[in-house]
Amino acid sequence: MKWPAMGYARARSLAELWSALEGHGDAAQIIAGGQTLLATLAFRLSEPGTLIDITGIAELHGISNSGQVLRLGALTLHADLCSNPLVKAHAPLLAAAAPLIAHPAIRNRGTLGGSLAYADPAAELPACMVALDATIIAASAKGERRIPAAAFFTDLLQTALEPQEIIAAVEIPVTQRLGAIEEITRRSGDYAMAGLAATLALEAGRIVAPRFVYFGVGNIPVLAAAASRALEGRSLDKASISAAQAALTEDLDPPRDLHGPPEMKRHLARVLTERVLLGFLNPKVQAA
Amino acid sequence: MIPITLTVNGEKVSRHVEPRRHLIDFLRLDLGLTGSHAGCEHGVCGACTLRVNGKIMRGCLILAASLDGADVVTIEGLSESGEVADLQAAFVARNAAQCGFCTPGMVMTAAELLAEGGSPTRGEIREYLSGNYCRCTGYQAIVDAVEDTLRSRGATP
Amino acid sequence: MNEITPASIGLSREDLPNSYIGRSVPRPNVPKLVQGRATYTDDVTLPRMLHAAFLRSPHAHAKISAIDTARAKAVPGVIRVFTGHDLAKICDPWVATLDHLKGMKSAPQYPLPLSRATWQGEPIVAVVAESRAAAEDGVAALQVEFEALPAQTDMETALAPGVVVIHPELGDNLVFTRTAETGDVAAAFAAAHKVVEARFVTGRHTGVTLEPRSIIADYNPADETLTVYHSTQAPHMMQGVFAKQLRMKEGDVRVICKDVGGSFGIKVHVYPDEVAVAAMARIVGRPVKFVADRFESFVSDIHARDHRIKGRLAVDAEGRVLAFDIDDLTGIGPYSVYPRTSAIEGNQVVNLCGGPYDFKNYRCTTTVVLQNKTPTCQYRAVGHPIATAVTEGLMDLAAEALGMDPLEIRRRNLIRDDAYPYTSPPGMRFEGLSHHASLNKLLDLVPLERIRADQTEARQRGIYRGIGFASFIELTNPSPFMYGIGGARISAQDGCTVRMDPDGSIVASSGVTEQGQGTEAILAQIVAHGVGVPVNRVKIITGDTQTTPYGGGTWACRGAGIGGEAALQSAIALKQQILEVAGAMLQAAPETLDIAMGEITDKASGKPRMTLFELGRIVYFRGDTLPKDLQRELVQTRHFITKEYPFAFTNGIQASWVEVDPATGMVKLLEHWCVEDCGRVVNPMLVDEQVRGGIVQGIGGALYEHCVYDAEGNLLTTTLADYLVPMSAEMPEIHVGHVETPTRESLLGAKGAGEAGTAGAPAAIMNAINDALKPLNARVHEQPFTPERILRALGTIA
Repeated sequence: MKWPAMGYARARSLAELWSALEGHGDAAQIIAGGQTLLATLAFRLSEPGTLIDITGIAELHGISNSGQVLRLGALTLHADLCSNPLVKAHAPLLAAAAPLIAHPAIRNRGTLGGSLAYADPAAELPACMVALDATIIAASAKGERRIPAAAFFTDLLQTALEPQEIIAAVEIPVTQRLGAIEEITRRSGDYAMAGLAATLALEAGRIVAPRFVYFGVGNIPVLAAAASRALEGRSLDKASISAAQAALTEDLDPPRDLHGPPEMKRHLARVLTERVLLGFLNPKVQAA
Repeated sequence: MIPITLTVNGEKVSRHVEPRRHLIDFLRLDLGLTGSHAGCEHGVCGACTLRVNGKIMRGCLILAASLDGADVVTIEGLSESGEVADLQAAFVARNAAQCGFCTPGMVMTAAELLAEGGSPTRGEIREYLSGNYCRCTGYQAIVDAVEDTLRSRGATP
Repeated sequence: MNEITPASIGLSREDLPNSYIGRSVPRPNVPKLVQGRATYTDDVTLPRMLHAAFLRSPHAHAKISAIDTARAKAVPGVIRVFTGHDLAKICDPWVATLDHLKGMKSAPQYPLPLSRATWQGEPIVAVVAESRAAAEDGVAALQVEFEALPAQTDMETALAPGVVVIHPELGDNLVFTRTAETGDVAAAFAAAHKVVEARFVTGRHTGVTLEPRSIIADYNPADETLTVYHSTQAPHMMQGVFAKQLRMKEGDVRVICKDVGGSFGIKVHVYPDEVAVAAMARIVGRPVKFVADRFESFVSDIHARDHRIKGRLAVDAEGRVLAFDIDDLTGIGPYSVYPRTSAIEGNQVVNLCGGPYDFKNYRCTTTVVLQNKTPTCQYRAVGHPIATAVTEGLMDLAAEALGMDPLEIRRRNLIRDDAYPYTSPPGMRFEGLSHHASLNKLLDLVPLERIRADQTEARQRGIYRGIGFASFIELTNPSPFMYGIGGARISAQDGCTVRMDPDGSIVASSGVTEQGQGTEAILAQIVAHGVGVPVNRVKIITGDTQTTPYGGGTWACRGAGIGGEAALQSAIALKQQILEVAGAMLQAAPETLDIAMGEITDKASGKPRMTLFELGRIVYFRGDTLPKDLQRELVQTRHFITKEYPFAFTNGIQASWVEVDPATGMVKLLEHWCVEDCGRVVNPMLVDEQVRGGIVQGIGGALYEHCVYDAEGNLLTTTLADYLVPMSAEMPEIHVGHVETPTRESLLGAKGAGEAGTAGAPAAIMNAINDALKPLNARVHEQPFTPERILRALGTIA
């Protein structure tokens, strides 16, 4: 359908943004890449009010490495995540995840901030941020807030952002941890039927601080505490894989969707668990 | 109404647009450039793919109002430039277009693949085109045409 | 960009003039497509043109209690608002039945309903405005009250006592039922060595043409003419429909097809919203445009293939088929669709099951029932994919029960290549098919030994691959036996007018139409061949009822066989006429002359005598120099209809090589092959591409595409994110081979090819999946073969 009538304003700085949000109140909606917002408006289910375009705000752009932390501006494009050398070097999980997002034309305009703010439960980047133990930097007229990714996604399509607050950047700790992402999609670029973004450290063959985050299996990315506990301190082998799979029953309560019943997602999550762990075990095998 | 001045196919264009106007309707209705097509208006089918500021994007998911200062190239402009005349000739030779409705978006996407340089395999070509729906060809002839072009440009894997 | 010279397609002078037939000449239409210079209906702008949008029923079944249009009328840009009662004043309802489908019944359908909505998505109120966006604003401002009614959404209960009868005046929800029975089925089953049976399901799905349905209707009150720009397959049929429903004379209605962005049968039907647009144009006296958007398309384009089939097959100890016994149930919408009717698909299942095989005993019943869901009707390969899946699925089951190779059981039962003419148990008459030659050719293409060895080796590594086969027949070149005898004004004949213009160029106008398959290209090749000119000297005109001979348009693969034959015959007649004039000019008997590459030549020596340019100059500008009594109109028209056979059946066989991941239920298509016999091939490249496109469409129905409803009749798959169409990354390489058994019904000998790919692909894939899963004792027969269904078959999920 054609978009309903709406307003449009460009904010050229954060100061202009705060004053525009103040001025339009509830009628204001932030637009960055628009790849989710504008598709949603086509369903003509909501009244958009005034779209405030933030793509010109310089403070929201940029990728930098402080040594401790990789900082990604909210307006980082998915395409940038695919190709940026700092991302490849310091957050290879994101470099691996971004090519899975939709298709090149979408990736050339869709933003990291948009993906995180819309919090689609089947999207890759929210799960990756939880797996990376990233921090979302939220900004508003009142200043900045630092929100751990694990606390950022609160419910179906809901985040911890307050009204008139935006994502300004994401900070990812630079570590030597291993990361992997696997998803099961009907077609390349589709939202996942089930997916897993995982990070862990291997010290003397033992798993340390695993963060297994499943997506497409619930309202929000699920940081599987039980499965992670089942792996903690163990060596990576068939037995620990089985233990993690078994523990998942505690972590997951998937919904039914067009792809299948809850048990299917549970099953696929177990399959992903095995594949990701085997990938850590034998990276060459995984690549084949 | 939002005033915008942008470049479309190398020509400077100044218009006032309603915020609700997407780029495809701006091109088709305001500028009469009907080569760009809308197939779904929710960003999935790829028929609307065109070049904005040098990169392919979904024209149906872009507000015309946001394009002040932008550079837009449509299938008409791409054709006139001759940049992918070899690809287009390959499409003709391979019958990679049947009804033609997906073709402008498909050519723009393939053009970006070619512009990236590199020597993609057939599988990589298929992957790159995986966001462009074609109902008629079953894709094989399109992949053939892209591969033929790569070969003639000396970019074989 | 595209200079089609004889040399460029490998022709030498010595080959001519008989050489464009069978050549892969590139289509002259493609350059404009790749440059964005085509003109689709939505690209057309007319002065003072208005745009229509519709309020569509949110309910599967509801009374329309009240319509308040006041707020809508006040929306800026809105010009008029129309309800069912407004349009009924000038537009008659239609009933979609065919007399030869005995007992068929359906209720009258209006462009907008008068009192009741019977499917979710049915257009209820129309708003006409200065822009599509304003029209949608108007729709949003309409206040329509519905009183939801219980909906009938399960085909299996449609005929049970006490259910919702959608049209009480019809008595029940039964639209049509028919049983074909030959021989002694009961005895055959009693005597069988093995009996196999299965329940098959084909999932309701739809065409998803990338160009949505598009129409501009322009009524000129001054001369009382209606001009309709319509993305349709059958402009002459639509001319008749608009005239009839709007109580106009056919001659005052003109239908023009611009470039059409895909059709596949979706655009050969009469849609209430499109008739509404014509009616509204009649009333406002200005052009009214309507283009369905993608959400509307999912809910209002015809759906197809919603069937549940119980199939049984009896075989003897040698694996010979003794009998097929099939029971087909299909749920359509609340109305049969006009004018081809929604019973044809089920009727085809009855006509086509068992098709490739030689056997005596047959029983097949179809039961077609109404539902409160989107109406269904003919969609590419109509009924064939269903019949082929059932037939080929049962053959594989029988092979397994006998411990026989699936190709061996087919060899033992395929009708012999020398057995023609042959009449099948359901009464289909085959002029000449090539099942065995096609199978042998397939085995030339498919590296079967290597595949079986790979399959065995891969199983040891826990990788499950399978290969599946599907033989099929396909109905093409239809005669009036398909629709005409049922009273429908659907033309099975077709015509072509070919003329030579003063410069020696040729213009041919034809009643068949182009939607991307290459109709115009092959007509040009045929006409060039028939007259004797280079193909780039031929212009083809299609898609305009005012300027083309009356024809049937595109459906059931008739473009080449029927339209092409009319073109060939008229081209040959024109050539004859030209030679008469040339003979007069050259003082030679016409029989001693020929035309080659645009020149009159001496037939015996090949020596050029005169150019057509020169002949044209004399005829058109210096007629004073020709004999006074010489017939000199350089234009000939021929119409063609098939005479001996109700259909020109074709045949083929497909193979699919797949890998199934039992952990995820995902199917990877490794490779696909098809050998098909469409008679004389006019342009091999175009036929191959039709087969490939058709196979991918069949893959869609087999693996991905499904219009999913909930129990209340709400359509859940309303976007391209939910409704999955095949995309390039998942599609296999498809190898195509040919056998040519020309039909003797025509000079050209061409049968049709457009639907063969879709007819056989789902069956081949099903059999491949089941071959892959055999070691795991799992089997699937319900399309689409989604991961959920495969995991369920494996017992992985309940």
